[in-house]
Amino acid sequence: MFGQANVLAAGQAAFPPSVDDFYLPAIVPWGAENAPWFTKFTLMIWIAVGVLIIFFLATYRNPQLVPTKKQWFAESIYGFVRNNISVDMIGHQGVRFAPYFTTLFCFVLLTNSFAIIPFFQISPNSHIAFPAILAVISYVLFNYIGIRHHGFGKYFKHALIPPAPWYILPLLIPIEAFSTFIIRPFSLAVRLFANMFAGHMLLLVFTLGGFAMLNANAWLAPISVVSWVMTVALTLLEALVIVLQAYVFTVLSASYIQGALAEEH
Amino acid sequence: MLFLLAAEGGESDHNPIIPIWQEIVVGTVAFAVLCFVLMKFVFPRMEQTFQARVDAIEGGIKRAEAAQAEANQLLEQYRAQLAEARTDAAKIRDDARADAEGIRQDILAKAREESDRVIQAGKDALAAERATIVRELRAEVGTIAVDLASKIVGESLADEARRKGTVDRFLSGLESTGAR
Repeated sequence: MFGQANVLAAGQAAFPPSVDDFYLPAIVPWGAENAPWFTKFTLMIWIAVGVLIIFFLATYRNPQLVPTKKQWFAESIYGFVRNNISVDMIGHQGVRFAPYFTTLFCFVLLTNSFAIIPFFQISPNSHIAFPAILAVISYVLFNYIGIRHHGFGKYFKHALIPPAPWYILPLLIPIEAFSTFIIRPFSLAVRLFANMFAGHMLLLVFTLGGFAMLNANAWLAPISVVSWVMTVALTLLEALVIVLQAYVFTVLSASYIQGALAEEH
Repeated sequence: MLFLLAAEGGESDHNPIIPIWQEIVVGTVAFAVLCFVLMKFVFPRMEQTFQARVDAIEGGIKRAEAAQAEANQLLEQYRAQLAEARTDAAKIRDDARADAEGIRQDILAKAREESDRVIQAGKDALAAERATIVRELRAEVGTIAVDLASKIVGESLADEARRKGTVDRFLSGLESTGAR
């Protein structure tokens, strides 16, 4: 079975959509199955990277004290992450993490946005590999920052032993360890992946569902229209999810670093 | 575990929760490139621009404050100079007044001295004249008196008179009488 494009071209909707709809054939070599080096997903990643690099280099090639409109736009993205995420979550030390968080935020936001941009229409983040990379970076980063700030022993003592009566500690320490060192990166990656995956799946269900009903019975055409209207509504919802998930990923990363840097619980 | 998950996937060959390692490689490289460029060339420059903007605003305020302070200082300085100049002028006026008074006193004193000198010279000259006249008169009067007496007595009393100092005695008596 090929991807949804082929399905739609064939005028015959494979309904219901399945996990296989997320695994598109390769671009190079053309149409090959299980050749993930150069697919729509990796191409979208490179496009996102290229667009962001070009955008920021172009808008910030010649920065002025009194900004131009484009410069102002680039600056307000950075200023938003710097002031409303880094500094708000971490405090004045957060300024030095602002460049990474801004890169992260822009990357996640743009790759998420591909979910509803025509001709992309699927987010690379619906493959768990990409959210996993970002989650691993956040995981390594907050542990590294914590160890460098407190020292190895003190950091783990700080992270694992909450201020609680001694008799409850045997229960709390495994929970803390599990939650901090295992759940955090996993939840970070899965949250983003699942949102993008589910969003795309929903859009597929309503779009293909419309075609499925139309093909099954011409009398179901009005319901097909309802289904496509739902697609439009869900696209708007998806837009909200896209921004929200980019924000949440960045804020959670910042919050983990804040926790690693904190002196007290 | 992975086998189990894959098996549960059922008819599908793919398991969405298992990452594709090729995508991990591509994603890591791509994101690293993105991070490198943006974190090295873009965001530090934004931070610099923000700082420059803060500096420009604070610098403007500081410069204005400095200019204000300088203006105030200059004003104070001018006021001080003005007051000093006024004091100086008053002092100069007082000095001039005192000088004028001194000069007047000097001139007066000199004039008084001069007049005294002239008067004294006049007095001295008069006294000298008087003495000369007295001396001449005395000699003349003596001669005349002796001549007269000689004529009256008929004999020359000149030798006698000279011998006895009669005339001088007489005149001295006359003088002392006149002086009294």
